[in-house]
Amino acid sequence: MSNTEKSDYRGQIHQLQKEMMVEWYQKLDESATTGKPPAVSLMISGNCIELLEAFDVLPLYPEVNALQLAIRRQSLEPILVAEEMGYATDNCAYVKADIGAMVKGITPAGGKLPVAALALCNFVGCNVYTKWFEHIAEFQKSPLFMLDVPFLRTDTPSKDDVAYVVRQLHDLVKQLEQITGKKFDMDRFREAVRNSARVEELWSRIKHLSKKKPSPYDAYFDAISLMGPLYVYRANPRGVHFFEVALKEYEQMVERGQGPFEKEKFRVVLEGPPPYPFFRTFRDMFAKWGACTVASTYSTVGGLWEFGFRHDPQEPFEAIALHMIENNVTNRNYLQRYDQIRRYVEEWDADGLIIHFVKSCRLFSAGQGDMRDYFTKELGIPTLYLESDIEDPRYFSEAQIKNRMDAFFESLGHAPARTAAQLSAGKAGSGIPMVPTASPKLRVLN
Amino acid sequence: MRETLAFDFERTFDQCATLLGDLTFPTVAAWKQEHPGGRVIGYFPVYAPSEIIHAAGMLPVALHGAGDGLELQHADARFGSFICSIVKSTLELAMTERLALMDGLLFSTICDSARNLAFVIKRNQPGMYVDFLHLPHNPNGTASHDFLASEYRRLIGHLQELSGRTISDEALRNSIAVFNENRNLLRRLYEFRRDYPERLRTWELYVLMRAGNFVPVETHNEWLRGVLEELPGRTGKRRDAIRVVIEGSFCEQPPLDLIRVMEEAGCTIADDDFILGRRWFNADVPVAGDPLMNLAESYQDRSVYSSVRHDNRNPRHKQLVEKVRQAKAQAVVFLTAKFCEPACFDYVLFKRELEAAKIPHLPLEFEEKAYTFDRFRMEVETFVESLLFE
Ligand code: SF4
Ligand code: SF4
Repeated sequence: MSNTEKSDYRGQIHQLQKEMMVEWYQKLDESATTGKPPAVSLMISGNCIELLEAFDVLPLYPEVNALQLAIRRQSLEPILVAEEMGYATDNCAYVKADIGAMVKGITPAGGKLPVAALALCNFVGCNVYTKWFEHIAEFQKSPLFMLDVPFLRTDTPSKDDVAYVVRQLHDLVKQLEQITGKKFDMDRFREAVRNSARVEELWSRIKHLSKKKPSPYDAYFDAISLMGPLYVYRANPRGVHFFEVALKEYEQMVERGQGPFEKEKFRVVLEGPPPYPFFRTFRDMFAKWGACTVASTYSTVGGLWEFGFRHDPQEPFEAIALHMIENNVTNRNYLQRYDQIRRYVEEWDADGLIIHFVKSCRLFSAGQGDMRDYFTKELGIPTLYLESDIEDPRYFSEAQIKNRMDAFFESLGHAPARTAAQLSAGKAGSGIPMVPTASPKLRVLN
Repeated sequence: MRETLAFDFERTFDQCATLLGDLTFPTVAAWKQEHPGGRVIGYFPVYAPSEIIHAAGMLPVALHGAGDGLELQHADARFGSFICSIVKSTLELAMTERLALMDGLLFSTICDSARNLAFVIKRNQPGMYVDFLHLPHNPNGTASHDFLASEYRRLIGHLQELSGRTISDEALRNSIAVFNENRNLLRRLYEFRRDYPERLRTWELYVLMRAGNFVPVETHNEWLRGVLEELPGRTGKRRDAIRVVIEGSFCEQPPLDLIRVMEEAGCTIADDDFILGRRWFNADVPVAGDPLMNLAESYQDRSVYSSVRHDNRNPRHKQLVEKVRQAKAQAVVFLTAKFCEPACFDYVLFKRELEAAKIPHLPLEFEEKAYTFDRFRMEVETFVESLLFE
């Protein structure tokens, strides 16, 4: 076992990704100075960026802010500022970093960030969003639009669920008309939705490429790099171009039998957000073992497309509603997440599951002990449970995490390979009656 | 059953207190015995449309954790660190068969921990009806009325399946009326306590109200009426104390002794948010007309404020200051469940608003299990003294 293996693949897309993100920050800076184009802050999970695109409004993502601060190791200072203001040590540190930075005028890229012309809270699962946006609206004096999305508490959304979201989207259109002084253009909207559908198709194909052995990329660490363009440019032709390049690049790697490591030794599924302040350190712990993530739930926060959902330009409002309600991991219920992970392990042929509990995020983490119980006891899948945080550097214990990872891969190396028959035996015994094996609406791509 | 529930003013409060700590739910068991085939629906706080459960001929039971009455043997491993007590103790109740009297469990959109709990319980209690209500967060416009009415229709569908009988509009209207009466009686008791705190202590009001979670609403109404009749004849001595509003205990409940300690340490509690779900509406839900629409509209337009209901038309921090004024209180004590994310977030804006209004406050944190209250007592005493002698 090589102890020095690192995954340093840097292709064309990484450069392109960087350029696109820098450009986005430049536009935000410009918007902060001139007020044009107006910026609207919203959440990443299941959002309606297609509507913003149709109005030429800039998306402003507090989550991306928080992520950037953490990955550049700048998150502690704003977190402490927020705790001074009264935020609890146990509140989600994403919020604390963002608000602390806002109050102190700290920005991750150094440029200015605009005041949101509208704080658009797309409440998609995470209850913290509602508080976060109330606070943004309060501190920045931005108007607040609470876009309430029914949680997916049934197998599929009902007509009433969809109608409720669509009615609110129409209200949002009126508000966007006021902010921009533009009239809503249905054709442009449809075009934006069409772009999204193309990006989703390309992204989904990329996701299915990690079924190959070796996988051409890491579906956690590399997927996170692709998430920037996915969230900022999804409804824009630039997004389409980016993902065409990305797919091609990965397909070529498949042809060459190339992956992130010289040799892929383990294939794992990863559940939970990453420890952004120690992103590189964490990645290296996988690299040391030649362990490649072949699927991850975190990369489906913005949308769950690998099981077939695409925005439908024919019914653009309904498509957005369906995306928000049903097709992103944060708005799906906990047992539906178990099922998503189970499919990953089976269909992407993984050796084990790693659950990364993050203190900040109860949406992801509350109940992960039960999840571990399900995967180890019911399905017999080797599962490792780690704890740290997505944003707060004070909760990362490097030695402990490293030891646990080493022990896990060590024992995985000795475990006899499980057969497909064993897996489905586990599945038959899983006994979760309410989890649909696949939602009837979802088509599985091959 | 009758005997246990017979009204006796002198003993009422102690009886109620005993009932709260009994995790065998004796009154619920008795109700089931008296109603063969009767169904019980437990609901996790904060709010649930009890009227609908009642109209289905079922007994709604509000769950409020397990206090200090249960060792956690299953729940800690499943929910781990950074999760409030009530989520874990409720799971423990379920996994140790203590919720076997319930035929169904209802959860709602209050927070991420409670939501995940609903589905973890669903997996671990495969035979039980476990449902999750999406209570709307966007109060602007009428879309959420229609949506919530449809959500209630979905619930009714499941309850009808469970009971095998249909729920008529007439039954719903009757139920709305009985719960309106319950809320009215509680409002009157709250007013009485606000005006004559020496004659009705908060711990008494609290146990009386909370005991209503485990008995039919009609019985509870009788108790409340009985207490209201007797109260004017009661005497009590005013003490040196400061008047406070309690904020933050809307979901997980503080140990009863903690409420007593606060009173002993010199606080007169003039208003609070204990067991908020029983007092959810600040005006009657209209009885005439479409009952589901009336319930849905009331959720949007007649609800009290709470950290788990979102109404950007009327921010909570403004309403807290208003509450302090109405209660003629001098200060706010935040009594927040440890790891309660909604309460912790709201503290930031509450604090800012209180400081601007020059209203002093004391933040305290509790867990269901607490064995000594010395630290609390000291903190409260110091706070009270600082205000009394300022
Ligand atoms: S709780 Fe989790 S999903 Fe919600 S804002 Fe925080 S990190 Fe994001
Ligand atoms: S006490 Fe707070 S965190 Fe816990 S379940 Fe209730 S609302 Fe959620």
